[in-house]
Amino acid sequence: MSGKDKNLHNMSESESEQEGVDKEGIEWIMNLPDVPMKLPPHVELQRTRVECKADAPIHTDTIQYSGAFASMGFDNSLRLDNFRNNFKIEVIDLKEDDIEFDMIGIDPALANAFRRILISEVPTMAIEKVLFANNTSIVQDEVLAHRLGLVPIRVDPRLFKYSDKDAPNENNTIVFRLHACCERGKPRLTVTSKALTWLPNGSEFPLVSDKSVSNSKPKTYTSFSCSQNTLSKEFSNNPIGPKDSDIILARLGPGQEIELEAHAVKGMGKTHAKWSPVATAWYRMLPEVVLMEEIEDELAEELEKKCPVNVFDIEDIAGKKRATVARPRDCTLCRECIRGDAWEKRVALRRVKDHFIFKIESTGALPPEVLFTEAVKILEDKCERLIAELS
Amino acid sequence: MEHGSFTDETKSTFSVADEDHTLANTLRYTLNQDPRVTFCGYSIPHPSDNRVNIRVQTTGDPAREVLKDACQNLMVVCQHVRNTFDKAVLDVKLTNPVRDINIK
Ligand code: SF4
Repeated sequence: MSGKDKNLHNMSESESEQEGVDKEGIEWIMNLPDVPMKLPPHVELQRTRVECKADAPIHTDTIQYSGAFASMGFDNSLRLDNFRNNFKIEVIDLKEDDIEFDMIGIDPALANAFRRILISEVPTMAIEKVLFANNTSIVQDEVLAHRLGLVPIRVDPRLFKYSDKDAPNENNTIVFRLHACCERGKPRLTVTSKALTWLPNGSEFPLVSDKSVSNSKPKTYTSFSCSQNTLSKEFSNNPIGPKDSDIILARLGPGQEIELEAHAVKGMGKTHAKWSPVATAWYRMLPEVVLMEEIEDELAEELEKKCPVNVFDIEDIAGKKRATVARPRDCTLCRECIRGDAWEKRVALRRVKDHFIFKIESTGALPPEVLFTEAVKILEDKCERLIAELS
Repeated sequence: MEHGSFTDETKSTFSVADEDHTLANTLRYTLNQDPRVTFCGYSIPHPSDNRVNIRVQTTGDPAREVLKDACQNLMVVCQHVRNTFDKAVLDVKLTNPVRDINIK
């Protein structure tokens, strides 16, 4: 059902009810079947749609209080079975790193919680410590360390633990080595993330202070008890590395050299954005464009031209041109079509309050669909924790 | 941590550490949908203090139980969201499996 049809339906409903009230008044109201009570159409419109007027949007809030419509006999409380029946997810587009899906029948409070968790609370691995053995490039140590931190690492963070206060070991640290040198007389060298090589056996830099035992294996900056290759099959089939191999880290002039070790640990986006698993995670409400009256001929052409993203089409019926809403989903709510005299009366711009077009762009550690399920799980864990605290 | 009175269990403020709008706003939403709740809201007393205060006032049930039920409800909702999402994604993957081939 298109937005337009729905509107016509609403209007006819309101007319018939209006007539009814006029005819039999209170009698008629009392005789209405009380379950399920429906709200009058104009209130229902306020409840379910944001209306975008020329100066500002109105009815932007969601009405959450269970007794908000008690005087009208409408139960606004959350019924789980109701939610189950109405909730829908439609995947629009699924790519390696992006997903776009429609989440229908949910409150913004929840949609926003998922978005917030995706950005700041789903853990990933990122480079946190960089040990420089040599850096004669013009990029200062701290700047280079910061750049390295932002390189997305392709590894499932669920296989690792938070390091907290533990010594770096095979369960909480991933070590990369980078050694690049531009020889004298050669052209300048661009160091990319491809140069980061994974060391499954941990750090190779010996600890300086440790001179006591000479024969045994020298102590290093990490204490791995075994190679990370043996921890999970995934690692040996698909060695850990940066997600993209073409991220420029530094450029070296002749004679310059970088030698370093980078230690990646598990963390969350709220500590530092480098741990955020998403480039963006965002949603918008579904736009609904409704023509309040027939728009014909010159006006139709004017309307079609007004819209910068081509929401409207022109229909030719028996020599008459009529405007139709062809692609309401593309509407950016720029409000161009309701600018000018009387246009606000002809076109209604609305947003459906419980229909979210959700988009997740993963940085590459986990596929976007896994990220979303992880985010939902995190919200569940939060509830569980609170329940445990209250009991 | 609960701040209420010993005589009246129906009104309480719960101070939850290490949480923010993410949990508090969703809980406020679920609580407000519960017909037993007369008032519910939350505040973050100080932005650099990592805690939220959630206020719950009910028509008669202990606020603590109502909050617990809200958490339970929220978990059920989350599980449903997760299952629906997984199903939708699986459907898409089954209908066009090209993506999987590209990755591995
Ligand atoms: S608001 Fe802008 S994008 Fe949307 S229909 Fe009107 S002119 Fe087109």
